Amino acid sequence: MSWNWEVIGETGLQFFGKMSASISHEIKNVLAIINENAGLLEDLTVMVEKGMPLDPQRLKTPASRIMKQIRRGDDIMKGMNRFAHSVDDPLRQIDLDDTLALTCALSNRFASMRGVRLELVPPSTPVPVVTNPFFLQNLLWLCLDFAMGCAGAGKTVSLKTERTGGKAAITLSKLQDMASVETASFPGDRERALLQALNADLVIDKNTGEMALTLPVHSQG
Amino acid sequence: MKVLLVDDEHELVSTLAERLSLRGIQADWAISGEEAMRLAEKNPYDVAVLDVKIPGISGLELKRRLHSKRPDLRFIFMTGHGSEEDFRSCSAETADGCYLVKPVNIEDLIKKMNELMTMSEVRP
Repeated sequence: MSWNWEVIGETGLQFFGKMSASISHEIKNVLAIINENAGLLEDLTVMVEKGMPLDPQRLKTPASRIMKQIRRGDDIMKGMNRFAHSVDDPLRQIDLDDTLALTCALSNRFASMRGVRLELVPPSTPVPVVTNPFFLQNLLWLCLDFAMGCAGAGKTVSLKTERTGGKAAITLSKLQDMASVETASFPGDRERALLQALNADLVIDKNTGEMALTLPVHSQG
Repeated sequence: MKVLLVDDEHELVSTLAERLSLRGIQADWAISGEEAMRLAEKNPYDVAVLDVKIPGISGLELKRRLHSKRPDLRFIFMTGHGSEEDFRSCSAETADGCYLVKPVNIEDLIKKMNELMTMSEVRP
């Protein structure tokens, strides 16, 4: 099978760059909040040194905010590490819901900028899949990027995974505005190249406002 | 000096406002463009400090809307990264150097605010 490596390579690099830039922006925000709260603790310390009375609660709030941001930063870095390692193996067994959750976490900042909420429906059972994790995340992001432009008035994109026979499926729904959005260019060259590489199918139903991505539970690579 | 801080990170703007108030600067904050517009309609701010990227609206677009409501309002942009693209677009919209990269040093921010106030005082 001949894959369009030129398109896959360029698309993958763009995806990696976009997500890395977004992660670094989020980390900058975490650092900025820690910076302000550490600065506030310093300001309050100076006040106490000057003999001004201080309610201990004024120290607790910035301290707890710093702890919260450290946990947030840790979560972001864990996600970044998992994302970076997704290029390690061309084929690996993954939990589909886990991969979907990671892609949504990476995409959340973009969704928030567009006023869209990503809603993950908990799976009834785990869906193990042997596939190329990076290609799948890249394709999921492209689908999400398109879907965010089709979210209806509720501005929510709902996502769920399921096993159907010998296939695994990811459904994106609540895309009520799909009927009024120009869809002729989707899936385009990038999506088609990744669909081929993953041996996957993408079905778009404008009437129900749903997009379904199906892939084999065991890709041959 | 009355200041409006706008950033979708609530814990950033609320803490920055508290620190500015400890230095005698009255600061209100908003976490969305709509909230910022509502506050600006009610209050005659001297300076607005805007994040370059705010959900639903860019900081540059918000600056234009605030400016149309309050033509005397002066602006400082905050950004996560000092990218060339951000620098060019922010510089075109504000006085030279009114662009700070997070995490921001509060003394640098106050210095910029004071410079803007002085510039407007000597404005013909």
